[in-house]
Amino acid sequence: MAEYNITDSVDITDVNCPITFVKTKVALDELDDGDILAIRLNDGEPVQNVPRSLKEEGHKVLGLTQNEDGTYRLIVQKVGD
Amino acid sequence: MAFTNEQLERYSRHIILKEVGAKGQKKLSQAKVLIIGAGGLGAPAALYLAAAGVGTIGIVDADEVDLSNLQRQVIHATADIGKPKVQSAKETMEAINPDITVNTYHTFVTSENVMDLIKDYDFILDGTDNFPAKFLINDACVMAKKPFSHAGIIRFKGQLMTYVPGQGPCYRCVFKNPPPKDAVPTCRQAGVIGAMGGVIGSLQAMEAVKYIVGAGDLLTGYLLTFDALKMEWHKVKLPPDTSKCAVCGNHPTITELIDYEQIECTEH
Repeated sequence: MAEYNITDSVDITDVNCPITFVKTKVALDELDDGDILAIRLNDGEPVQNVPRSLKEEGHKVLGLTQNEDGTYRLIVQKVGD
Repeated sequence: MAFTNEQLERYSRHIILKEVGAKGQKKLSQAKVLIIGAGGLGAPAALYLAAAGVGTIGIVDADEVDLSNLQRQVIHATADIGKPKVQSAKETMEAINPDITVNTYHTFVTSENVMDLIKDYDFILDGTDNFPAKFLINDACVMAKKPFSHAGIIRFKGQLMTYVPGQGPCYRCVFKNPPPKDAVPTCRQAGVIGAMGGVIGSLQAMEAVKYIVGAGDLLTGYLLTFDALKMEWHKVKLPPDTSKCAVCGNHPTITELIDYEQIECTEH
């Protein structure tokens, strides 16, 4: 997998929908245009919905990979302020 | 300020909105809104602004809760009868949201106190029920360069407009002067459908929230009217020329606040 210059990371495995996306948004709000956020999320509903919601807001989803512990790692680039 | 997990959850439906987000929610928590009148309009507005997490909310009202208020003033309960409305409102708002600070002013607005009341607030809501107060609040907000939401309700009708300094007409641009005595009945004499305060007062809260977070277009330059019997809304474009207005025009003739005579309505 490609290596990214990660600006910040957030773990959303401790919360449920819709707080998963809320926590992601709060982390993104702290970043600048072009910064990259790494998100640790659970399989199922978060993997289905969080990337889609990020795309709907205009951000760029760069990759989604499975971690060894069964969680996922989502890489997103912030678009806009 | 960082959000606690509890706050993330409380405000999640706001933060999810693209137009609000975490930044908008922080702006709300730092905002100061003054609500003048804790009645039919002020009650729902205060509830929504408290729930929204507006950090500091001031409420001005000289009255005590009366049994006849409870048909529409949903922030007060039967057990609150006799209590100052500002106290009753504060208790309800803090019960909804302990994050916020509620300042109470148990007084009428007058030319003596209005400038002092509004000076620390970012946005003012006029939820009063009489013309002298409405003109006083307008003139004070124009002079102090404060944005405010005007609203009025009577019977099955309601209206509102938003004033932002330099961005369109003020209330006096549209209505010039209070109407002559008995030309317009007060809502005590005329009656008002309870839910009308909910409709229009909620829209005032909506305008305050939009102003604070900077989302969308405000009702500046427009008067929005609602007729509940016909279920008709009209968004009336107001004449944009404010240059001849007696208070916000280029050569204002009103340079001091006026206490118009309060028209006493005879009960029963």
